[in-house]
Amino acid sequence: MYVIGERINGMFADVKQAIREKKADVIQELARRQMAAGAWALDVNVGPAVADGKGAMLWLVETIRAVSDAPLAIDTAKWEVMAAVVPQVPGHVILNSSKADPEIAAKYAGLAAEHNGSLIGLTIDAAGVPGNSEKRVELGAQLIATAMEAGLPTDRLFIDPIILPVNVSSKTPVDCLEAIAQIRAFSDPPPHLLLGLSNVSQRCSNRGLINRTYLSMCIAKGLDSAIMDPLDTELINSAITAELLTGKMIYCDSYLEAARSSKQ
Amino acid sequence: MTMPDVSEKWTGKINTLTLGATSASGGTRTGAVTIGGASTLPFLSFEGEVGNRPAIAVDVLDGPPEGWPAPLVKAYGDAFSSPAKWAKKAVGFGADLICLRLANAHPDGGNRSPQQCADTVKEVLGAVGVPLIVWGCGIDAKDNQIMPAVSSAARGENLLLGSAREKNYRTLVALGLADGHKLMAESPCDVNIAKQVNILCTDAGYPLENMVIFPTTGALGYGIEYVYSIQERGRLAGLGGDRLLAQPVLADVGAEAWRSKEARDPQFACVTDQTRPLWGVAWEAATATFLLQAGVELLVMRHPDAIAQVRAAIGRLMPAAK
Repeated sequence: MYVIGERINGMFADVKQAIREKKADVIQELARRQMAAGAWALDVNVGPAVADGKGAMLWLVETIRAVSDAPLAIDTAKWEVMAAVVPQVPGHVILNSSKADPEIAAKYAGLAAEHNGSLIGLTIDAAGVPGNSEKRVELGAQLIATAMEAGLPTDRLFIDPIILPVNVSSKTPVDCLEAIAQIRAFSDPPPHLLLGLSNVSQRCSNRGLINRTYLSMCIAKGLDSAIMDPLDTELINSAITAELLTGKMIYCDSYLEAARSSKQ
Repeated sequence: MTMPDVSEKWTGKINTLTLGATSASGGTRTGAVTIGGASTLPFLSFEGEVGNRPAIAVDVLDGPPEGWPAPLVKAYGDAFSSPAKWAKKAVGFGADLICLRLANAHPDGGNRSPQQCADTVKEVLGAVGVPLIVWGCGIDAKDNQIMPAVSSAARGENLLLGSAREKNYRTLVALGLADGHKLMAESPCDVNIAKQVNILCTDAGYPLENMVIFPTTGALGYGIEYVYSIQERGRLAGLGGDRLLAQPVLADVGAEAWRSKEARDPQFACVTDQTRPLWGVAWEAATATFLLQAGVELLVMRHPDAIAQVRAAIGRLMPAAK
């Protein structure tokens, strides 16, 4: 499971304050803790913290790089921030994210390919978030085609079928499950299938339980990556167990520990 | 029309491990033996690196063997009279390593003392220059007494100590760390337990890259297909990136093959007095070559003719580098 740690995001109060006051130790501690807890990569999102999104993003990248060489997912909706920051990220960079419209996705995929990075493509287009699984699959196929044309190998493309909170749409979780299985079957090697997991439980109670139950269901359908909270031990345990039960690893009594130690 | 490339690409690689230490590395061996290193299934040189050549260790006991069949008695002659002579004979048969079994430490056998065991190890180290595998008597309580003496007597020799098991691994882990020896992790032909023993040893501080997996095996005709499938599962996981199953594997071939009825006393209609002694050799060689195909890097064997046949088979499967 390719876990992208979600905690360095200006939506969180501690991160927002750290960005405003340039408190590097807060960010670095979050980077270290997430990696130690099982993350493979770190999402980096300035959020609404400051007006200068580009400057703040560069500061975050530099601050994290002082303590970790983990792949960094540059999380911004603004092309000018993405285009300015990506060339300046040492090590592996993940572009988070592009919509599926070919003219947009081609730009992002080209930038990712140019810097040997990866791209997260959303199954959203000008018409918005699809209301069914079929449209998600169609946009997924479109993203794969666009990435290939731009020279980005499929195994560096993450497709996010877009999960909505279960209290907003009770149908979306099922649509995403179907889309994951179908998009995965499109090409060989398949693209990675990814979710912004925590969104499924926004403003719900029992958030942890909803997150880990849904993650297990998605892994059964072929999800192999998520932007999620690696500091949630039970969530990581569920991910490891779901991978065990889908034949991704050999059982042993200490399989949770074995999976964690295999990461290093 | 071009043929599509159907070769597998693996993300993992089997660890490389060296046994024995020459004077340059703090021991007294005249040579060291390196095994492992494959990045694909056994002998598939068109897919990846096949790694080092499988090595053959030859059994030596700490006293004359009881009940060994005639072909083995004939091959070794009076060499059974002392472990040193026996080891020299085995090296003459082409042993890459000596596998010394301290069987007479068994409480129901000779019940030899830790000091006696250590002396035997030193005797064999003095007699031959090849690296050693040293196995206890299989009784945990006794092994935990004799192995410390053995380990410290051979400090720096980079032995392979056998064997750490799920219920008894702490002593050997401590000895391996203190005296610079490698460790054999034993499991009853069970990939889940093999993985578990490895994680237990690493949790206790022992480096994963210094371990050898020892899944108990059976001889040809005694469930060897099952042994193969277990070994294959472990190897596929190791090549697929499971670090806890990416260790070289040892198979105890000689003891298993020569225990079988077919090797000791073949009852088939076609057996004549002339061919009777060949059955055991064939059984041992066939068991060994079969297990090589499953991805075994270290074979423990007994009969010189079987050793020669297996060596020739390895030569055919891994031609010398051009």
